Amino acid sequence: MTLRRIMLFTRFERFWHWTQMVLIMTLLFTGFGIHGFHNLLDFKTAVTLHTASALTLLLLWVFAIFWHLTTGTWRHYVPTTNGLLKVAKFYAFGIFKGERHPYRKAYWRKHNPLQALSYLALKLFLFPAIWISGLLYLLYSFWGGAASGEALMWVAIIHTAVAFAILIFVIIHIYLLTTGHSFKEHVMPMISGFDEVELSAEEEAYLEKDEPDHIQ
Amino acid sequence: MLIISPQVTLQHAILKHPLKQIAGLLLFFLLSIPQASAETAQAVQKTDADMNFRLDKVVEQPTQRTDSNSTADHTKFEDLKVAFTSGPEVTKACLKCHTEAGHQFMKNIHWTWTYENKKTGQLLGKKHLVNTFCTNSRGNEGMCAQCHAGYGWKDETFDFNNENNIDCVVCHDRTGTYYKTPPTKGNKSCSVMFEGKQPIQWSKVAQSVGLPARENCGGCHFYGGGGDGVKHGDLDSSLIHPDKKLDVHMDEAGPNMACTNCHVTKKHIWTGSRYDVIAKDTEGTGKPGERRDVATCESCHSATPHPVSSLANIKLNNHVDRVACQTCHIPTIARGGVATKTDWDWRTAGKTKDGEGYKEKNYTQGNGEHRATYKSIKGSFEYGENLVPHYGWFDGQMIYTTIDTVFDPSSGPVDINRYTGSADDENSRIWPFKQMHTFQPYDKGYNTLVYMHLWGDDQDAYWGNYDFGNAIKAGMEKNNLPYSGEHGFVETYSYWPITHMVAPKEDALACDECHAKEGRLKDLEGFYLPGSDPGDGIGRWLDIIGLLAVAGTLLGVLGHGLIRFVFNKARKQS
Repeated sequence: MTLRRIMLFTRFERFWHWTQMVLIMTLLFTGFGIHGFHNLLDFKTAVTLHTASALTLLLLWVFAIFWHLTTGTWRHYVPTTNGLLKVAKFYAFGIFKGERHPYRKAYWRKHNPLQALSYLALKLFLFPAIWISGLLYLLYSFWGGAASGEALMWVAIIHTAVAFAILIFVIIHIYLLTTGHSFKEHVMPMISGFDEVELSAEEEAYLEKDEPDHIQ
Repeated sequence: MLIISPQVTLQHAILKHPLKQIAGLLLFFLLSIPQASAETAQAVQKTDADMNFRLDKVVEQPTQRTDSNSTADHTKFEDLKVAFTSGPEVTKACLKCHTEAGHQFMKNIHWTWTYENKKTGQLLGKKHLVNTFCTNSRGNEGMCAQCHAGYGWKDETFDFNNENNIDCVVCHDRTGTYYKTPPTKGNKSCSVMFEGKQPIQWSKVAQSVGLPARENCGGCHFYGGGGDGVKHGDLDSSLIHPDKKLDVHMDEAGPNMACTNCHVTKKHIWTGSRYDVIAKDTEGTGKPGERRDVATCESCHSATPHPVSSLANIKLNNHVDRVACQTCHIPTIARGGVATKTDWDWRTAGKTKDGEGYKEKNYTQGNGEHRATYKSIKGSFEYGENLVPHYGWFDGQMIYTTIDTVFDPSSGPVDINRYTGSADDENSRIWPFKQMHTFQPYDKGYNTLVYMHLWGDDQDAYWGNYDFGNAIKAGMEKNNLPYSGEHGFVETYSYWPITHMVAPKEDALACDECHAKEGRLKDLEGFYLPGSDPGDGIGRWLDIIGLLAVAGTLLGVLGHGLIRFVFNKARKQS
């Protein structure tokens, strides 16, 4: 096993991540404005931005899902208990003692087990909950008579509750960027695409021969 | 506006033509005098001579109806080149050619003053109802029937089957000189306001006839409730020559639409009655060709009226199922410089000075006119202009407190008319209303409303004698209704759906007017409104739990980070 800098986050993945970041921040900001937490934007602008960002994000997700399925990258998110406890223990105790992170990134396993589980939960539960409730909310006029009374309120409540959960995810996600050697070191791979990964001899040989641009 | 603009033009004229300065200045002063001396003139008038009442004021400049495509010139008809001396003579001449107009007309509400609501079974119309203004026209036809489209309805002897009694010209006069006075003179304290008028030039009026314009309909509808703008709030004399800001459809310099352009007419039956409101029109423009059965906004603008050119507009089109067009597009009412009455207190009526009735005019409205805040014959009033309407879920149905409705005065104010509808009912939409608040006489023994005998040159008429007991007794007796002999005053509300004074689109309500913590719809319940106060239910709990969770997370990561920082430092030191 050798530690090499390889292309871990390809161009589409980085585009997806940062576009998604901008859209989610816009959605959180405009969404909580619509909810009445702030008046920094007038309601019309907030709703227009929120709707436009949401539709763009849905389109992006369609591409992202397609990409995950066709490239096989979905395998990075398969949950595993292998090493999960170690990582959890690290964040709870080891990190304070200056221990080394117990997880080593692998070519086909770029996230640590806790990270993979969190992202999987985000993709399987929070994101569908927000877009299903959001679409219902957006298209309430197609419900017919059912839009009256409490049904719309429950849709709005679910939508807002999930928004709170996503905001909490964002806070933790950003905080965890500070837990390595430096904030920059954590962010750079999502900008340049390159990160240090332990490669098997076969992986190294494959990359050097077939994808020399993806290994430094 | 109407007062100021001639002066502004005058000043321009003076600057342009220095030679005409003296004449101009003289004219300027002459124009200013009537305004300056209004206060003095008022003190001299003891009576209601200045009562700003309907066709009392001849329309100096008739509006133009540009959409007429008549193929007849009525000045050329031999039958009209006659020296008419009375209204029925003119009507007879009209009906000679318009052979079916008479019996067609006699079916409509302007003639019958009766409306039977088939859905509620209530008998409505001016002939029957008690309102929150002068209370009842029934029994007071000698005064009130000046707004009946007929000649001479003084009392129950009026012949509703004689088509010569129809007043054609009140609606069709295009000279602007025709006027109506009450069928009877009433008490001398009132009759003075109808004295000294120029006689009607019947032949000139008869030859002028055309489609009704705003001042024709407005002659009555702008003055409902006893004066300019009193009743509705969205109908007053400012709509005779309105600008775009006041009404985008009637804008004289723009579409210049007449009432009947929307209140489309078939055989003298009009669409769009407040007795039977179409609160939600899902049919829209209907099949190609003009819809002739409704006066709804949708019948011209369709059920998706906002052009699908932006996300916001698509969202607005998604509002039409729950929000009436009027709610956003009529931001405030009484915008034209004419005030509308908002409060009427009959309890203070009847005070006299030296044995005579008097009035106080302590309200000056936008156009500079002074409005009575007290009248011996009616009591005390309050006015409003640029009023934010009252909003409610409305399914188009009104339930009236009629003369035979028994109510409980101890259980709070009585709704003289109550709109029905709710958020749960998909045929209801949020509508704007003018809310009128009144203290009015009622039968304390039987807990019912009363008919008062207000008008008449006799010992019982309230107007002139100022005795409620006698006026109510006479009013009830005249209609063979029981009266306990004891009257009191009951607090009432009435609600008038708002649909006129549609503002230009740039003046329509912004979203935040309703989607806000203290928005216009904060009193409405039973539905979810984004951006509004979550109330005390689950919405409030969600906010509390959500914010606590976010704060907890922030504290958690900060704590985690702080411990890391402290431990790192300690480690480095060791």
